[in-house]
Amino acid sequence: MHELSIAQSIIDIVHQSVPAEELRDVRVVKLRIGALAGVVPESLEFSFTALVAGTALGNASVEIDHVPFVIQCNTCRQSFSNEYGFVVCPDCGGVDTKVLSGTELQVVEIELEDVEAEAS
Amino acid sequence: MSVVTIHRKVLEKNDEIARRNRAMFSAQGTFVINLVSSPGSGKTSILERTLEYFNGKLKIAVIEGDVQTDLDAQRIARYSVPVVQIVTNGGCHLEAKLVEDAMVNLDMRGVRLLIIENVGNLVCPSNYDLGEAMKVVVASTTEGDDKPLKYPGMFRHASALIINKIDLLPYLSCKLDVLKSNALNINPALKVFETSCTTMAGIPEWCAWLEQNLSR
Repeated sequence: MHELSIAQSIIDIVHQSVPAEELRDVRVVKLRIGALAGVVPESLEFSFTALVAGTALGNASVEIDHVPFVIQCNTCRQSFSNEYGFVVCPDCGGVDTKVLSGTELQVVEIELEDVEAEAS
Repeated sequence: MSVVTIHRKVLEKNDEIARRNRAMFSAQGTFVINLVSSPGSGKTSILERTLEYFNGKLKIAVIEGDVQTDLDAQRIARYSVPVVQIVTNGGCHLEAKLVEDAMVNLDMRGVRLLIIENVGNLVCPSNYDLGEAMKVVVASTTEGDDKPLKYPGMFRHASALIINKIDLLPYLSCKLDVLKSNALNINPALKVFETSCTTMAGIPEWCAWLEQNLSR
């Protein structure tokens, strides 16, 4: 259950990225989470909602872009995806591989409702 | 809608404190290990055997991380080494800040090796860099041979794997070669040790390797 502390880190980043008076306009916090980031999405969404309830960020929710685990073999140049986090090339057995994606844990974007547009 | 594009790592603050810890350890000349595993795999027993092996030869300090109680710190204190207990009060992992704060209470004079025993948990600690030189993961034979498949993050980030309780293999369905190949598929660079804290098998090999890393 480290999702609670991850949710708090996300909230801290939002506070640092958006002026205090605009926090209530934040609607969506977009995240990129890799298949191997060790984060349970439902648990993170629940933690985020619980932490922002009754605060300036109370209108915000998280949107998660799930990134598959992909490796590229430097020997045969092919890319592969697997759910186990295997880094050995399934085709040539080579261990000289590079992880292309799947370990991300990032805040990518924050969407704010346009207050001026709201007023017009 | 207006959009603020930021692309920031969620755990950047922890990573920053971990870098600070790493710089402090480097300045002290201390080699730091982050010992991780599921609960009950034998981390504390391996730690005890390691302290016995290096008794009088190498000064070691220990940080114990547990959800509740200082029972592990009491076990370690019997070896007359500097030890501090971090009780996370429900927290499932150690963070760099907890280690930074704990260092204030640890007498590091002459200490060459600091072993941080993380909270027993194969998921959460893998996200949190503490500033260690290496992670060492313990997997015991009683947990089965599929642990690396279920918890790849922990095995990906480790430098060494200690397969503990090998004396129990005759009574278990766990296959040592399957466990090893699962782990090596996730991390081919893993250095693997097979140990038993009851028979002492593999303990000298593990300690000798540790000693080599210290003198590097």
